[in-house]
Amino acid sequence: MKTNNQHINNRYQRQIILKGFGQEGQEKLAGARILVIGAGGLGCPALLYLAAAGIGTIGIVDFDLIQESNLHRQVLFNEADLGHLKVSIAAQELRKRNSEINIHEYPIRLEPGNCLSILEKYDFILDGTDNFSTRYMINDACVLLKKPLIMGAISQFEGQVAVLNAVDEKSVNYRDIFPEPPQSGEVLNCAEAGVLGVLPGIIGVQMANEVIKLITGIGSPLVNQLYTYDALTNNSQVFELTKQPAAAELLPATREAFEQTDYEWLCGEKKGIEELDINQFYTLLQLAKLQIIDVREYGETPIPTDFEYIQIPLSELKNRLSEIDSPTVIVFCQSGIRSKKAGELIKNKHSDLVKIYNLSGGMNKWTSFKQEKNAS
Amino acid sequence: MSQQELNIQVFGQLAEIIGGSSIIIPFIETTGELKNRLLQTYPALQNNRFVIAVDKKIQSNNATIAPGASLALLPPFSGG
Repeated sequence: MKTNNQHINNRYQRQIILKGFGQEGQEKLAGARILVIGAGGLGCPALLYLAAAGIGTIGIVDFDLIQESNLHRQVLFNEADLGHLKVSIAAQELRKRNSEINIHEYPIRLEPGNCLSILEKYDFILDGTDNFSTRYMINDACVLLKKPLIMGAISQFEGQVAVLNAVDEKSVNYRDIFPEPPQSGEVLNCAEAGVLGVLPGIIGVQMANEVIKLITGIGSPLVNQLYTYDALTNNSQVFELTKQPAAAELLPATREAFEQTDYEWLCGEKKGIEELDINQFYTLLQLAKLQIIDVREYGETPIPTDFEYIQIPLSELKNRLSEIDSPTVIVFCQSGIRSKKAGELIKNKHSDLVKIYNLSGGMNKWTSFKQEKNAS
Repeated sequence: MSQQELNIQVFGQLAEIIGGSSIIIPFIETTGELKNRLLQTYPALQNNRFVIAVDKKIQSNNATIAPGASLALLPPFSGG
């Protein structure tokens, strides 16, 4: 009978004999814990190679079901899997290929409330998601938890890979490249713009390669760099990234602030006028570029001094709609009733441009909120 | 291309707005001025987030452009 060591040497022999890799590199892979978020175009190839390489523990997060239009690029799935959970089939396929690794399935939608407790359990986070709200949430969570993030993203024929947050506090994160999320519809995803099937294959395998280099310490991972690849021309480039101090202010500073951040809203993925409670309002004051509008009439009190705002009384709003020039607007009044009407007026005028929030409870709520805060 | 001109590579959907994956423009001294000129020439860029790289370095603030520098415009991608 073979000893366990002989068996491991056999299975991974072709990489163990590599210069700089060795038995030690293999043991590092076996001890590593990696979370792959999104078992889609990028997740499938990354998972296949991470499992094959002998990563000891792999978590997979995805709440989606397998659809026919996934099959041209999501190579862990076959025709018989349609309608099944991606995480279940992915885990089952990986276990067939490597029975000696631990695979954890998370068939859930990652949200600020559950994100930190899952990410905490892993050493490296691989982002293969397909929307900006999740991408910004994962980035911010990795900064809070000090977890290295391997970011991959694709569009049509082009891909990007970066290793973020990898070494220390001086390492860049996604907000150092793109501080604020694009608004909904600004950047098209695969469903809207299409994607060449092999592209996520190439980019997903590159992400797996970056993880393996980070764990084993071989080569030069894309730390603080953005790699770009064009499948049509084979043009690939590496851009240097630098820390952007102003971007740090956009990050939630604490777990509590993170958990209260509405990433779907920040990314404009919610429609219509939304009610904003006082805690959300307080958090967002620090997080996003906002235009805050007081729609009370002149002379009404209290006058808030803790944030910047402009006053456009409801009676004048119809003639002053052109003054609204931010993609994100919060309206308030004394109790939240007149401001709701104001929100409707703004929405009718700026239906495509503006994301509108109504401060629930208005200045009444704000005053009592401030009193409680000062008392505590 | 002379020293008086700059070559700009354009990535992703920005190429559709600009009408090609690379353009040549008259020399301009800073990334801030470059951004203004691009927005004037291609107003649709207003609705698209992008960063400017000068000689393979992503610039978050207004940066100087040296004659002969290679420039790139990169948008964020969301697809996975």
